[in-house]
Amino acid sequence: MSEQRTSAVLYLDGVSVSFDGYRAIRNLSLVIEPGEMRAIIGPNGAGKTTMMDIVTGKTRPDEGDVLFDGGKHDLTKLDETAIAELGIGRKFQKPTVFESHTVADNILLALKGPRGPFASLFGWRNKVHNEKIDEVLKITGLLDHRNRLAGEISHGQKQWLEIGMLLAQDPAILLVDEPVAGMTDAETEQTAALLRDINKSHTVIVVEHDMSFVRALDCKVTCLHEGSVLSEGTLDKVASDDRVIEVYLGR
Amino acid sequence: MITQYLLSRFEKTGIAFIVIIAAMAIFVPLSNLLLPTSSPLHVPTHIMSLMGKYLCYAILAISLDLVWGYCGILSLGHGAFFALGGYAMGMYLMRQIGTRGVYGNPILPDFMVFLNWKELPWFWYGFDMFPFAIAMALFAPGLVAFLFGWLTFRSRVTGVYLSIITQALTYALMLAFFRNDMGFGGNNGLTDFKDILGYSVQAQGTRATLFFLTALTLLLTYLICRWMTITSFGKVLVAVRDAESRTRFLGFRVEHYKLVAFTVSAALAGLAGALYVPQVGIINPGEFAPANSIEAVVWVAVGGRGTLVGAAVGAVLVNFAKSWFTTGALAPYWLFVLGSIFIFVTLALPKGIVGTLKEWSTRKRAAPELPKAPVAQPAE
Repeated sequence: MSEQRTSAVLYLDGVSVSFDGYRAIRNLSLVIEPGEMRAIIGPNGAGKTTMMDIVTGKTRPDEGDVLFDGGKHDLTKLDETAIAELGIGRKFQKPTVFESHTVADNILLALKGPRGPFASLFGWRNKVHNEKIDEVLKITGLLDHRNRLAGEISHGQKQWLEIGMLLAQDPAILLVDEPVAGMTDAETEQTAALLRDINKSHTVIVVEHDMSFVRALDCKVTCLHEGSVLSEGTLDKVASDDRVIEVYLGR
Repeated sequence: MITQYLLSRFEKTGIAFIVIIAAMAIFVPLSNLLLPTSSPLHVPTHIMSLMGKYLCYAILAISLDLVWGYCGILSLGHGAFFALGGYAMGMYLMRQIGTRGVYGNPILPDFMVFLNWKELPWFWYGFDMFPFAIAMALFAPGLVAFLFGWLTFRSRVTGVYLSIITQALTYALMLAFFRNDMGFGGNNGLTDFKDILGYSVQAQGTRATLFFLTALTLLLTYLICRWMTITSFGKVLVAVRDAESRTRFLGFRVEHYKLVAFTVSAALAGLAGALYVPQVGIINPGEFAPANSIEAVVWVAVGGRGTLVGAAVGAVLVNFAKSWFTTGALAPYWLFVLGSIFIFVTLALPKGIVGTLKEWSTRKRAAPELPKAPVAQPAE
């Protein structure tokens, strides 16, 4: 088991999962190399979010391997907390920030560091970390909103706050589910630039519908359909694949 | 410098609360002991004991607010922890009776002699020592809460299911304590206490001291809970309350946080029970009644959950209303009144009294800074 099977930071092989007989993921295989940026596209119900659920421990696959960090960790045996601790961060499709906390406190809670109850009561997380928080807020353009409640900021700002929380978490892999849903064109462009920047030091996997955004990311694309990989390669290659056109446009 | 730091960490209501309780802790016992009964400022002993009782309820309410208001754990069984703490104190007081009991047995309490028991059960050992009894008043409820929380939080039982189980917990304990062979005095409970640390429990001086200690414990409870909620620990609790699964995906062990909060809360509730028993002079299985725990939830809701001070205010107000109602001709209708209060607060004041007042004051303070809201122009 512990043998080095792969150099991939994330390795999915033959993964399947069904819900009440509906096979959401069928024999899915996906390999993400360290430092890579990958965009996952596909029509509704293709299994994009379910794939993220499997990687982050929310859903257990019925069969298949899900390995992290060169095959060192079997993610199917770990829960959400343990997987997050290993260094897999996730941004949700619907922005989920802690609305009754300030923007700065949201980042504070995400900051990489000890996360036990006693570290929060007496230790590390109870100290002042303003510099690190401000650094993240500067990158995500939220510095002026530092002391506002996260429930009060706009939808786009919540999306950025959640990306900021990911940054603060400093994970090995960032799983980003539809980061530009509900954003204006300008915001979408800024987000693409931000993610490209983050990719310089992290592996990033983005699930997105917005094709102009995927083009702006300028990375390898995987198209999912009915729970397995339909096509993989550059965006131009995937977009010109007849089967991809068929599932997107219908017959 | 230090005072400035402390002040910056307490909102106005918190400072007001500390000042009022500290003033009560000092002036109520002094007025009771030193002022002549004819003085209009004299606090009669029975009123002081009644106030002491309310303050015990306030401690219970604050401990409940820590888990419900901040962590979203709606415990409908906090009365069980209160009663367990009460029993620990009751056991100490029983052992202090000694040969003054009806049967005059120096070691066995009366009910054990009556049941024909020859020896003290093992779990009564050590309760002749006051520090041990106090330690158990914290430890026993804490242990029950820890085991209960360990099993339920780990299995991710939340929301209404958890509430129902906590209700079952207190009900099961009530049935157990009603049994004579449990060794806790059956349905009569523990009573006829004589003295505490060598002082008569009936004496005015003892009652004044108990009141002082209760007020002091209330302050301490508030400070502990306030501290827990302003640290990052408290921020994680609120995060768990608002978005539990998101907190897990950030890498927090949610069940550990819940467990710490729940155990501390239960221990504080137990301490409240331990202070309550010598002031009312009895503890019986009725204290485990599910309705008691639900009543505690109503206090917190009335005062305002997630405010700590509100929980204490709610406990005192609702119990004051209860004393007032149940002594008059309206006594049979008290539960209807309590139910109406709960419905009214839920519908009209969802943030409770203190929560609503706080909201008003922040709105008033924020108002001048805001530009005048433009009058809505109907589109034509």
